[in-house]
Amino acid sequence: MQSIYKSLTKIVDEEFVSNQKEELYIYSQDPGMMEPHEPDFVVMPKTTEEVQEIVKLANKEKIPIVPVGGSLSLSGLVIPHQGGIVVDLRRMDQVLEVNEESRYIVFEAGLTTGKLKAYLEKYHPLLRFSIPDAPPSATVVGNIVIHGQGRLTQQYGFNSDMVTGMEVVLPTGEVCKIGSGSVSPYWFSLAPLPDLAGLFLGWFGTTGIITKMGLKLYPKKKLRDIEVFAVEDPNLVPDVIQRVTHTEMSEDIFTGAQPYPPVFKDIIMIGILLTGDSKEELEFKRKMIWDALQCHIDSKEGGFMMMTPDVKQDLLEMPTSSTTRFADVKKGGGFEYCGPIIPVEKFPEAFTRLLEITKKYGITFGNAGRVIGRSHSMMFSFGYPFNRADPENIERTKNALHDTNVASLDIGGVPWKPEVPAQKMIMEKMDKSTLELMQRIKKVLDPNGIMNPGNWEVE
Amino acid sequence: MYELKIDEKTCETCPTFDCLVRCQYIDIDKDTAKTEMKKMISGEDSFVLHDCVTCYACEEYCKRGNHPFYLITDLQEERGILPMPKPLKTQFVNISVPTRRDIIQFYGAEEPVISLCLFPQYTRLFSEEKLFEELSIIIGRYFFCHLMYLHSGNPSLIRERLPKIIDNIANHGFKEVIFFHDECYSTLTSYTTAYSIEVPFKPIHFNEYLYNKLKDQQTKIQPLNAKVAFQRNCSARLTPNVEDFVDDIFNLIGAERVERQYDRENALCCGGIIRGQQRYDLFVDVQTRNVDDMLNAGVEYCVFQCPACFDSLSEKVAEKGIKPIMMHDLCLLAIQGSDK
Ligand SMILES: Cc1cc2nc3c(=O)[nH]c(=O)nc-3n(C[C@H](O)[C@H](O)[C@H](O)COP(=O)(O)OP(=O)(O)OC[C@H]3O[C@@H](n4cnc5c(N)ncnc54)[C@H](O)[C@@H]3O)c2cc1C
Ligand code: SF4
Ligand code: SF4
Repeated sequence: MQSIYKSLTKIVDEEFVSNQKEELYIYSQDPGMMEPHEPDFVVMPKTTEEVQEIVKLANKEKIPIVPVGGSLSLSGLVIPHQGGIVVDLRRMDQVLEVNEESRYIVFEAGLTTGKLKAYLEKYHPLLRFSIPDAPPSATVVGNIVIHGQGRLTQQYGFNSDMVTGMEVVLPTGEVCKIGSGSVSPYWFSLAPLPDLAGLFLGWFGTTGIITKMGLKLYPKKKLRDIEVFAVEDPNLVPDVIQRVTHTEMSEDIFTGAQPYPPVFKDIIMIGILLTGDSKEELEFKRKMIWDALQCHIDSKEGGFMMMTPDVKQDLLEMPTSSTTRFADVKKGGGFEYCGPIIPVEKFPEAFTRLLEITKKYGITFGNAGRVIGRSHSMMFSFGYPFNRADPENIERTKNALHDTNVASLDIGGVPWKPEVPAQKMIMEKMDKSTLELMQRIKKVLDPNGIMNPGNWEVE
Repeated sequence: MYELKIDEKTCETCPTFDCLVRCQYIDIDKDTAKTEMKKMISGEDSFVLHDCVTCYACEEYCKRGNHPFYLITDLQEERGILPMPKPLKTQFVNISVPTRRDIIQFYGAEEPVISLCLFPQYTRLFSEEKLFEELSIIIGRYFFCHLMYLHSGNPSLIRERLPKIIDNIANHGFKEVIFFHDECYSTLTSYTTAYSIEVPFKPIHFNEYLYNKLKDQQTKIQPLNAKVAFQRNCSARLTPNVEDFVDDIFNLIGAERVERQYDRENALCCGGIIRGQQRYDLFVDVQTRNVDDMLNAGVEYCVFQCPACFDSLSEKVAEKGIKPIMMHDLCLLAIQGSDK
């Protein structure tokens, strides 16, 4: 082990390599439910070449290697279940290029969402990216690797649909470019080439380490506003979403329900964000959306909520700090949310199952959903804050999480960013040939099984 | 349990039917008003029950001491007519359920005492900044007047919860309580009188308190010499008897309440409730007419009494270059100078 440490310090400056207990402790866990496990080493490379050397070393020595961004995916995806080397990418956080005309950006893999937001606001105020509601220390790449969703997801799909290119260090040490950047100096698109990005997205770092990424940027309008449509009956939610997406007038559409504080009890809120370059544009869009929901207004089953300016401000924040506040509502630092991606029409069923599960285990919940594409699917989250200092609370939440994964698959959804047990449940249900294809791909790319072992693995 | 005191005969012999004829949101001539009023007095359905925006104004238009608006809201509930969508009504009901936070906030209150309703943002004015003197504050849902259910079609909830609220205040032994929110004051004077609910302490309107304090410190006042519009709030319609304090305050601080079309009894609603009723076009129309009227009158400030009106109209007012300001802030401006 000492020789590995030595080798690592030859690749990366000594101050960015550690095998010290306190550092290993930090990288042994995330805020979620999965059991902690310490790595043997933590290393923070600065360049692709350093990443390459680290991977080569790990592959030669057959040591597990786990790429880590902000560690905020919450489902144990960055826990080194079998020890080994954690590669924390956050020193690689440079913006390499912004192409204003073709609206894309190229950046290093450790760039955080917070830094990218600030960078664009300062240097390219007319451009934006799809900001998730994760705390700003989350990395853009980490979010995309797990098929995250953000403020532009309703318009343009999963954040991973916005990728235009990548540079990847393969588990065997080769550095490989994906997309137009592999044949041209311009990282504008994955098409028209065979789409190799899929070999790395959704794989949780089990097929390689992304070191650079190209990403689409989008026009940033001057004004933003929000309307929140409330209903009591979950059966109405798909229709509301259908009608609003049909107008193509909104930026982001999210859903929210929670039993506390009382003002939110018994209602389901559908947040509809609007953007415009002028008041007139904003008002036009608002009017279209109001008109689209007139039938629910007429039946008195739904209505636009009255909001004080501070509530509005909270909801317009990017990322919203209210999600982060909710994550700590139980205190004790535990939070996991498990969100299946579901067909939109399954919202009522998912919602009913959520209520049943939380009732069964007597736990509090926060439900947040986000429409993906023009009602092409949605993320439906079962968010469970828990107290890490209360074993009984942990046990109940664990059971609830298990039931949630069962329910997600039952209703025809697919758990999003699943923790290892949920991955196994997915793979059990998966078409056998698909599973075999996944295994073959994994074997070809990572013959020694060093990359984030435990994930997407069949025992 | 608590019955509305309404005198049918007074309506039968009414020479004007002003309650409905003067309504700014429903177009009714005198004959129709007579017919519809008759229907409502006998507990029958009327289009008024469906079209009413719950602006409270008819309560003021009736000069014969009857309670047309309370009648309308009781009938809406009786007949299951919802002025706003079900989920918003649910929200209204839940908003007043006390949480743990509410309990903490009324420890050790002593007279003089002010009730801040559900507006914690103003606590600082009376504690740290001591607006005019140190007042004890009571605040939160244990003191919440519940009058908002006149808007949501379930006024029986007011009668159900209000006696307990009155007890909560009375149990502290207060003889007089200043009410910051006009709506609380109106509840404890107009509404309780109409339904014979006993109030064992004296409610004081915030403007009365403000006026007296300004008077005490008259020498410190630097007249604002500003033209202002006053945005009346809905519950002001229930207690026009205290309306004079507004003018008295304006006189003291040198604010000229400019004559305009939509002031005093012709005031327009801030629009908040109309939006809540999902009547978007009407909401835009009412706000636009109101603000245009302020503009035509050449005012510098739009003065608000009610924080909820401020929330719903201030942005629109400010967009047009008029300064939105709460009544107490305008007074502070006159006392402390514009740096405050
Ligand atoms: C309060 C809260 C709100 C949230 N809201 C949202 C939301 O609105 N939308 C959303 O999508 N998510 C949300 N999340 C979930 C999650 O935090 C984000 O998706 C986040 O962006 C993940 O990024 P990360 O850098 O923390 O990833 P990490 O957790 O560090 O990594 C995620 C996965 O990617 C792998 N990985 C990381 N970097 C690389 C790389 N360079 N190459 C290969 N593999 C890599 C890791 O091994 C891991 O498997 C939220 C989380 C919290 C706590
Ligand atoms: S309520 Fe008043 S104004 Fe209306 S009809 Fe009766 S007496 Fe006349
Ligand atoms: S409350 Fe207002 S809208 Fe309703 S009838 Fe009376 S005056 Fe008209």
